[in-house]
Amino acid sequence: MSATTVDTPQEKRGSGSKSKYVPQDGCLLEVDDLYVEFHTEEGVAKAINGVSFDLSQGETLAILGESGSGKSVTAQAIMGILDMPPAKIPSGQVRYCGRDLLTMDPNERRHTRGPEISMIFQDALSALNPVFPVGWQIAEMFRQHRGMNKSDALERAVGLMERVSIPAARERVKAYPHQFSGGMRQRIMIAMAIALDPAVLIADEPTTALDVTVQAQIMQLLADLQQERQMGLILITHDLGVVADVADRACVMYAGRLVEKSEILDLYAAPAHPYTRGLIDSIPRVDQKGQTLAAIGGLPPNLTRIPPGCPFHPRCYLARDICSGERPELRELVPGRFAACHFSEEVLGA
Amino acid sequence: MTEQAIVETAHSSDANPVGEARSLGADARRALARNPLFWISATMIFIFVLMAIWPSLFTNTDPTEAVLSQARERPNSEAWFGRDIQGYDIYARVIYGARASILVGVFTTLFTTTIGAALGITAAYFGGWTDSLISRVTDIFFAIPLLLGAILFMSAFPSSNDPYFVVVFKVVAAISLLGWPALTRLMRSSVMQVLPNDYVQAARALGASPWRIIRSHVIPNSLGPIIVVATINLGAYIALEATLSFLGIGLQPPVISWGVSINDAIVGLRTTPHMLFFPSLFLSLTVLAFIMLGDAVRDAYDPKTR
Amino acid sequence: MGKYIVRRLLQMIPVIIGTTFIIYAMVFALPGDPTAGKCGERQCPESFVAEYREKYNLDDPLPIQYAKYMGQVVQGDFGTNQYGVEVREDLAKRFAVTGRLALMAIAVEIVIGISAGILAGIRKGRFVDNLVLVSTLVVISIPIFVIGAVLQYFLGVRLGLFPVTVSSEATTYELLLPAIVLGSLSVAYVARLTRTNLVENLRADYVRTAISKGLSKRRAVGLHALRNSMIPVITFIGFDFGALLGGAIVTEGIFNIQGVGGYIYRGIQVRDGVAVVGAVTALVIIYLFVNLIVDLLYGVLDPRISHD
Repeated sequence: MSATTVDTPQEKRGSGSKSKYVPQDGCLLEVDDLYVEFHTEEGVAKAINGVSFDLSQGETLAILGESGSGKSVTAQAIMGILDMPPAKIPSGQVRYCGRDLLTMDPNERRHTRGPEISMIFQDALSALNPVFPVGWQIAEMFRQHRGMNKSDALERAVGLMERVSIPAARERVKAYPHQFSGGMRQRIMIAMAIALDPAVLIADEPTTALDVTVQAQIMQLLADLQQERQMGLILITHDLGVVADVADRACVMYAGRLVEKSEILDLYAAPAHPYTRGLIDSIPRVDQKGQTLAAIGGLPPNLTRIPPGCPFHPRCYLARDICSGERPELRELVPGRFAACHFSEEVLGA
Repeated sequence: MTEQAIVETAHSSDANPVGEARSLGADARRALARNPLFWISATMIFIFVLMAIWPSLFTNTDPTEAVLSQARERPNSEAWFGRDIQGYDIYARVIYGARASILVGVFTTLFTTTIGAALGITAAYFGGWTDSLISRVTDIFFAIPLLLGAILFMSAFPSSNDPYFVVVFKVVAAISLLGWPALTRLMRSSVMQVLPNDYVQAARALGASPWRIIRSHVIPNSLGPIIVVATINLGAYIALEATLSFLGIGLQPPVISWGVSINDAIVGLRTTPHMLFFPSLFLSLTVLAFIMLGDAVRDAYDPKTR
Repeated sequence: MGKYIVRRLLQMIPVIIGTTFIIYAMVFALPGDPTAGKCGERQCPESFVAEYREKYNLDDPLPIQYAKYMGQVVQGDFGTNQYGVEVREDLAKRFAVTGRLALMAIAVEIVIGISAGILAGIRKGRFVDNLVLVSTLVVISIPIFVIGAVLQYFLGVRLGLFPVTVSSEATTYELLLPAIVLGSLSVAYVARLTRTNLVENLRADYVRTAISKGLSKRRAVGLHALRNSMIPVITFIGFDFGALLGGAIVTEGIFNIQGVGGYIYRGIQVRDGVAVVGAVTALVIIYLFVNLIVDLLYGVLDPRISHD
């Protein structure tokens, strides 16, 4: 392979990058008081209700929560791939390098997808187009965004497939998605997402559909790539186990709100919200064999009828009168630690 | 939509028949009840069926009473749809003509669906040489063009002076003879998708008899697509009956049928368009009603297309 | 692939034998004397009848008759019709006309059906969508002979845009209106099938991926979604070619086209068994081959289908 076809260091972000987007004080992405609702026949589902967080260069942020907590919707809102309608963004900002993506010219925004912000999905089999060869699908990034010719773009695709450790990449570049295993498909998805060296990579449940052994490999690959390219990585998952080693910070979502935000190690060591605590307690642990697995009772609320007060109170072991009457705001407990619970101190102390 | 697609979409909605089928079925029924198309088509079908059973409910005029002096008259206050070349009242002819179409449609659907379902289930459930045999026989009949085969059949058993119901039955037999293969294929692939499911495997493991498994597990879960297609086909069979009458080898005068009326009217299209319009309208509305009903049922059971 | 084709070809043999036997049995079960009308107004002379019965093996049991007939067909001899013309010659001429008619109908399906379906699919729920849905429903529910007669009258007789009937030359221009009529039902199906598939594929995950790759809406829909949506549509159109050949009989009757349908229809009416069986046999064989080709094409269009 000739040197020009490999991702050369010169092309890396921050060293002679052609991007017109420059991070401000290292801050890549700021989500500011974002609201998303879905207008359906059953009523208005309030999927996201005032979510704020930020992501810095080289940082890995985990977004945790059960299904229906709004984590995927947040990702899709950042990416700009929500179906509108039924989705609607009544207020909020998503700033990339200081520019609000939500008010940006649609065509300009389109050109941020891929070169600036990129995303990988849970189910690579359905996320890849079944009728085009995988190499073609990766090469499409170079052809559409960089105007490369077919053979050069395919050559780059082979390089990327080799980078994500697909064996015999050159032979398999013409194969179709269904001809790969689940883990290999997810690698192809990752290769496609990092093709244009984006500053932000969003991974929506990247390992959920995979076998446990493969999960670890994919997480390792993501962590390596993040290190190598100094991307901001947003890892969305319901599985706290898979992110502990990779993430720097974590946001915990419940019913479309952040209920806790902190350094990941602090969060694991001592959760400040009963919900986070419930999530951590429900991870099976080898050292507690024989004990009953703690599960959070009940189900997440229907988003068309979110309970008043703290949305978690019907399932909360700590719930008191105030919880159903007054909604706790996200507040800073100690520097860098935020939680939305009236009794966070109690939870922390427990 | 292709038949295969119908099978697949219908199955995607009842992937879990043990736990959620009931609620899905209830959901589908609710969706159906909310769909205006369902009510419009059901009402239209009800009226046409009533017309077929009890035509005197709609008109007091004798459809065989020829008023030659008023032949070809345009619609007027006395003869609402006008009169045809023989001076028959077109409104009365159209009302009485419903019977032939409905009879042919209903019975052909009944026969093709029963044969198709029975053979399809047998082929898919027992597999092996049974499947091969049924599939090849199905292929043979499927390869004969439906219209040509029906023409041939009607010519082989010409009906000049047969009584009404015998002629109708011949048309039913002609279309049924060649119409069942499509439904057999559909049912076979539908059952093939049901068989690998855990609840069927569980019933087999528990030693349930084939008949019991078929009756209580296979049929309820694989019948959906065939019902949709059968409903839509019913309209198609009615149109086919009219085509045979139009070609002069299906129902023939003095039998009153829409196809016969249309055949009579086409030569005079220029001067007496009303003679063509009303029978065509009723025929089309009937076909339309069954297609819409089938569409509505499919949409209810397949939320994806909504 | 090669194995698959061989297996399919072998499977075809019993189907062809079975189909032609049924047709053969039905044709020779047609009531009336097969030699009636062969000698003008008069009763045929004894010697002619005997010769005729001998030639077509009419005194043998049906299966033997059939076997002898097929023995000839396999050698390319379809026999001669009542007028002493080689059926093979007749069929070549007739199939050329009906084949062209069917191909033109397919072209109409592709041009009108697919574009209407795409338009409706990408504007789901809007005016265009409802217009397409309603108009296709109307076309589907009106029998083809009414559509044919009405279009012939208005576009042909009244407005004079098209020739009213088709001459024996059957020029492309003459066949245009009949092709539209013949294809009308399928146009409606193609439009609806395209729409349904496009709507479904627009919601597919890979279209969302295409958008998140930063592709233009045009490319995500027009290439990624459409390429997948076209698989069942193209398959339908392929299968339809075989169906149109056998279903052209009504259209051919209305426009007086000298095609296969009319040939068979007239054959049935005058009890020309040799002509009918020959024509239907040819139809069935073409139909089966077209289906095989479409199945192979399906494997090319959808890489997930394997013919190994």
